[in-house]
Formats: sequence, structure tokens, C-alpha cells
Amino acid sequence: MLEALNLECVRGDRRLFADLSFRLAGGEMLYLQGANGSGKTSLLRMLCALTPVASGEIRWCGQPISRLGDEFRSVLCYLGHQNAIKDELTPLENLLTAARLAQEPLSEDAALAALERVGLQGRVDLACRYLSQGQKRRAALARLVYERRALWVLDEPYVALDKAAVDLVAGLIGAHLQRGGLAVLTTHQAVTVAAGAVREVWLGGLAASSAGAARASC
Amino acid sequence: MLSVIGAVVGRDLRLALRRQADIAAAVFFFIIVVSLFPLGVGPEPDQLRRLAPGVLWVAALLATMLSLPRLFADDHRDGTLEQLALAPHPLGLIVIGKVVAHWLVAGLPLVLLAPVLGIQFDLAHDALVVLTLSLLIGTPALSGIGAIGAALTLGLRGGGVLLSLLVLPLYIPVLIFGAGAVDATVSGLGPQAHLSLLGALTLGGVFFAPWPTAAALRVALE
Repeated sequence: MLEALNLECVRGDRRLFADLSFRLAGGEMLYLQGANGSGKTSLLRMLCALTPVASGEIRWCGQPISRLGDEFRSVLCYLGHQNAIKDELTPLENLLTAARLAQEPLSEDAALAALERVGLQGRVDLACRYLSQGQKRRAALARLVYERRALWVLDEPYVALDKAAVDLVAGLIGAHLQRGGLAVLTTHQAVTVAAGAVREVWLGGLAASSAGAARASC
Repeated sequence: MLSVIGAVVGRDLRLALRRQADIAAAVFFFIIVVSLFPLGVGPEPDQLRRLAPGVLWVAALLATMLSLPRLFADDHRDGTLEQLALAPHPLGLIVIGKVVAHWLVAGLPLVLLAPVLGIQFDLAHDALVVLTLSLLIGTPALSGIGAIGAALTLGLRGGGVLLSLLVLPLYIPVLIFGAGAVDATVSGLGPQAHLSLLGALTLGGVFFAPWPTAAALRVALE
């Protein structure tokens, strides 16, 4: 479903990677690895069409994502380095406003249940600026509890989380893969996701190793 | 389409209400700058009456400039802007929502205060009405045009000064027709022509300026 062909990334006058190709089908996870500054975040932003590719092409269901536009963005869930959490709003308001801006139906009960699932019960009415770094991250990740979009692009989802929360997020990603979703993520922590086939791509120096591309089913 | 704009306006108004100091700062700046003029140039009614439209309009431009740098900067810093850019609808619609919210927070208070401040300048009743009307019609253009500058200077260090240099020249037509409407009323010509041109500038500012703004935001996010 998600296909990258001969991607090249240039930052300033440095070429971070070139000739990167991979293919990801439903139920599969792509695990991006590489040293700091090897272009992991740049690749993730390319997959979201936030950064244009220097050369090469990214396709979703056979169509270039640049041409799909809104259609592609409506299957994409991106969580970046920053939490996209407003400090002035409570976690509950954050979830509800984000859903309204994305034009997704989200009831208050569903949002409350999601916040409880990530361990923020009792904090839902507290402005986010009073939350710790880890709690803010949890508030941002609460979206994954009810998110049913097909492609998850997660930039270091486990950063700032404690052990229990890391397991919870890994479980959510596993459930997503079991529903037939796709996930692309970077992390420096060794976390095993229970379900789904895992592909790995190394950036920087080593060639991309994603042999045996599976059939796409769109 | 309207629901997207409505969602953005609702969100930005709620955020502004939680951060009232920002609104108050721009409003008090406007009040103080306008009130300093009668103190500085002396209490001659004729002179004050002639100065009034220009002073109120320039103060309105500067007060709007104060709140512009934060129009996108906060969303950019906490990652919300990325999420807005990834929402499955045109970014221009979201910008329209943000421009409307900016006007409600930064422009509307100036319009409401103008008749009160105009009294300090001994403006006649009909001139006060036209002054308020010209600000009501013209200030949305300030938010719309200013958004282009805010997007172009997003993420730059010292962007605030650059923003003023970029945007203030673009405000000149709004200033000329806004202050001109009041002058025309005082001299008995009638303000209709000036107000119509102001209306045209506002329509352009609110409905056309958001699209280049959206393009500039996408570049800033790269």
C-alpha cells in the first residue's frame, strides 16, 4: 500500500540518503533505524508530504501522494517530535479540538475513555502546562487509542514515557497492525510490538535492507 | 467548509481567552498611543480634529502589528501547525479561520474603543460614526494582509522587526482610505467612495491573502 521508490534526501548541501526504496503492505510495520542526524525525521516528514522529496517518489495504493493530496492526508496519522498539545487547554479539550479540526467524530465519552487508557484519569480537567513531560506525551498519544486511519507515522513515540506507558503504546501499535493498518516509526529503544510483520530500514552508511516486499492489497 | 473555519475560530478564541494578557496589551497600547497625542500637540480643537483620523488609524495599524508575530508562532512551536497542515482540507481555509479569530481578538476591540477615544479629539458626531465604520470595515484587511507577513517570517530570529518592515508598507492603502473616509466626511464630500474601497481591500485581505499565506506556511514547515 505504501511504496517508496529511490528516495533521496538533501539537507543544505549534505545528502543524507539516496536510493532508498521500500514497500509496506497492510499489517506491516516499518522500523526506521539510524544514528542521530541520519535523516529519520526527514524521511518521516517526506512520507507525510510535509517535506518535498529531492528525487524519487512515494506512492499510496499505487498513486503518488503528491497527487492524492487531501485523500492521502485523510488516511494519515502523524505524531511528530512535538506533542501538538496546547498548554492552555486541558487534555480533554486538546483531544476534542484536534478531532474537530481533523473533521473526525469524537464523542466526549470516547475521548475520556482514551485519556483513562493512557493513565491520565484525574488529570483531564487540568491545563496541560501543569502536566509533566511524560504526561503531555501521554495526552498526545491518547489519540492512538481511537485512531482508525490506515497509516500511522510516529516519530520517536516512546520518548519521555515510563515502562508501563511504552508497553501500552506498543500494544496500541500492535492492535493497529492486527486491524490491517500500517505503521512507520523511529525509536532508539528496543521495544517489541507483539503483532504484525516488522521491516527494518537502516539509514546512514548502510544500504536499505528491506528484502522480500510483500504484495500490496489496495 | 464552514465547519472547518468555525472549528479554527472556536479554538483560537478559547486560547485567546485563556491568555487575556495578550489582548489587553494590544488594547492598552492603542489607548495610550492615541491618548498621548492630545497631550503632546496641545489642546487646540481645530488641530486635534484634523489629526484625529490619521492618529487613530496609525495607532490601529501598530496595535495590530503587536499581536501579529504570535499568529502562527505558538502553533509552530508546539507542533499544532504541522497537524493543521496535515488535516484533510485546504490549509487556506484554516488560515481564513485564524484571520477571523485574530480580527475578533485584536481588531474588534479597537473598533469598539474608537468612538470613545475619538471624543478626546473633539470629533463631530458624524465623523465619529464614519471613523468607527471605517475601522470596522478596514481592520479585517489588516489581519488578512498581516497574516502573509506572519507566515513569511515564521521561525526567523528577529522576525518581529522584519514583519513590520514587510507588512506596514502593505497597510498604506488601508490607511489612506480609512483616514480619508473621515476627512471626506469632515469636508462634506461623503465617505461612500472611501468606504467602498476599504471594503474591497478587506474582501481581498480575508479571502485572497490566506492562499499565499498557506503557501508560505508550507514552506516554513519544510
